[in-house]
Amino acid sequence: MSQQNIDIQRAALAGIALPFSSPLSVTHGATHAKAGAPERKGTGGAEVNAVGLTKGYAGRRVLHDTDLHIAPGEFIAIVGRSGCGKSTLLRLLAGLESADAGQITLDGDAQSAHHSDIRIMFQDARLLPWKRVLDNVALGLTGPDVKERAREALAQVGLADRAKEWPAVLSGGQRQRVALARALVHTPRLLLLDEPLGALDALTRIEMHRLIERLWQRHGFTALLVTHDVSEAVALADRVVLIEDHRIALDERVLLPRPRARGQAFATYEERILDRVLQQPEGHSVPPEDTLELHPAHLVRWAI
Amino acid sequence: MANNLKRFAAHAQVQRVLPWLFPVFVLAVWQVSSQAGWLSTRVLPEPWAVLKAFWSLTVSGEIWTHVATSTWRAAAGFAIGGGLGLLLGLLTGTFRPAEMLLDSTLQMVRNIPALALIPLVILWFGIDESAKLFLVALGVFFPIYLNTFHGIRSVDKGLIEMARSYGLSGWRLYTQVILPGATASILVGVRFSLGLTWVLLIVAETISAQAGIGYMTMNAREFLQTDVVLVGILLYALLGKLADLLAKGLERWWLRWHPGYQVAAKT
Repeated sequence: MSQQNIDIQRAALAGIALPFSSPLSVTHGATHAKAGAPERKGTGGAEVNAVGLTKGYAGRRVLHDTDLHIAPGEFIAIVGRSGCGKSTLLRLLAGLESADAGQITLDGDAQSAHHSDIRIMFQDARLLPWKRVLDNVALGLTGPDVKERAREALAQVGLADRAKEWPAVLSGGQRQRVALARALVHTPRLLLLDEPLGALDALTRIEMHRLIERLWQRHGFTALLVTHDVSEAVALADRVVLIEDHRIALDERVLLPRPRARGQAFATYEERILDRVLQQPEGHSVPPEDTLELHPAHLVRWAI
Repeated sequence: MANNLKRFAAHAQVQRVLPWLFPVFVLAVWQVSSQAGWLSTRVLPEPWAVLKAFWSLTVSGEIWTHVATSTWRAAAGFAIGGGLGLLLGLLTGTFRPAEMLLDSTLQMVRNIPALALIPLVILWFGIDESAKLFLVALGVFFPIYLNTFHGIRSVDKGLIEMARSYGLSGWRLYTQVILPGATASILVGVRFSLGLTWVLLIVAETISAQAGIGYMTMNAREFLQTDVVLVGILLYALLGKLADLLAKGLERWWLRWHPGYQVAAKT
């Protein structure tokens, strides 16, 4: 518990330390982001390529001709209003459902060949209530050292001492941490997070953000987070993608140093993306390009 | 005053004694009215006489052969009917074609009371052991079948989806996710069936038997031994209670993960 308190304090301190970064000084932050990258293992992540994805349910169109490319090891967040098809996109990528048209490849191969490389964290933790925490983490593992691997994964999420408990006695946040450990123990190359923090309180959420970021940096998997919380997307993702009208309407790079403090620059990103999300009901008076104050990443020169 | 009463009732020792208060009172009234001659022994013998009858039957060893025979019938009938119900429930719950083939027939047969079949059963099996086993098995079959079927069908689809995406399929999916998910419902069926077992057995044993608690009571009736009849009735109550405790124990063990069945809260 004390470790988490320290994390929160650190986050708070970082938040105070960064208020000077103005919206236009993003270059400053981006340098740190780049500098942080080599700490990751580059080999762990899968390259995801989705082309022309179309999906409908009972005649109702959900996704139409959607393309999405995710670089190996990239962290991408998908935002959008409820029912916009963001969860459907995740389910297609996970192979839980099949697309009506289009195809998905992982590292160039068909996605179905990579089933064991993909793991999902669901909105509800979906722990098996009749298995103890450790056995839940070990679900689907095979081999002689199953228990040790599961125990190690539990330790990574800080729950090694709860291995013998039933899931029913854990709090919501702890359950999601067990679910995270269960996904990580398979060393996935693509981790799909389907609003996993939606039901948690604000404080637990910040803790989870830190944890997910740390484990992502350590393992280097490609991550795709579906969320309705723009601030969560900005806190975690390299790229924030907005789905609207059955397709991708905005694809924005977040160039902030990690771990991200909720300073001025953070707020600017959050506000801009949120504005773009909320703007839809009034029609399309402002084209998406005009709302982008930032230059695309490749047009900016970096300076320290 | 009411407050004082509430505080008194909350006391731990009082709570332990309180449920016994009324039965003891009834027994006392019963004993007194028998001794005073208000209650004929032909209608109801005094509790003390019942206790004496119980004691003499125990000492002579007669009671044990009857209890053993009845328990064996109950256990065997339950095992046959329950086993078949479980098996068919798993089958129709898991495979749609099996459901389409069998379920509507079984639902139809379910509505026939098992005891309505007694004349047929006597014609088919005569009056020996198999007739009693058949009646018990038939009555026990349906609660377990229905609850197993329902349990399998109502396993959380999200958990199954999760387990599949984690690479579980076939037998592993069945034993680790579907079956444990259906356990709570199956055990409801088991408890219900155990209650039915004794009801059916009582009827079956009173029709015709050469041993068993039902035979003992019917025999005693011939000789107007109301005390022995009462011993038999009490034995049924006792055995039924024991069976229920057994089922509760099973629930406590198999559903120890379930917050609703946890005895002592942890942490």
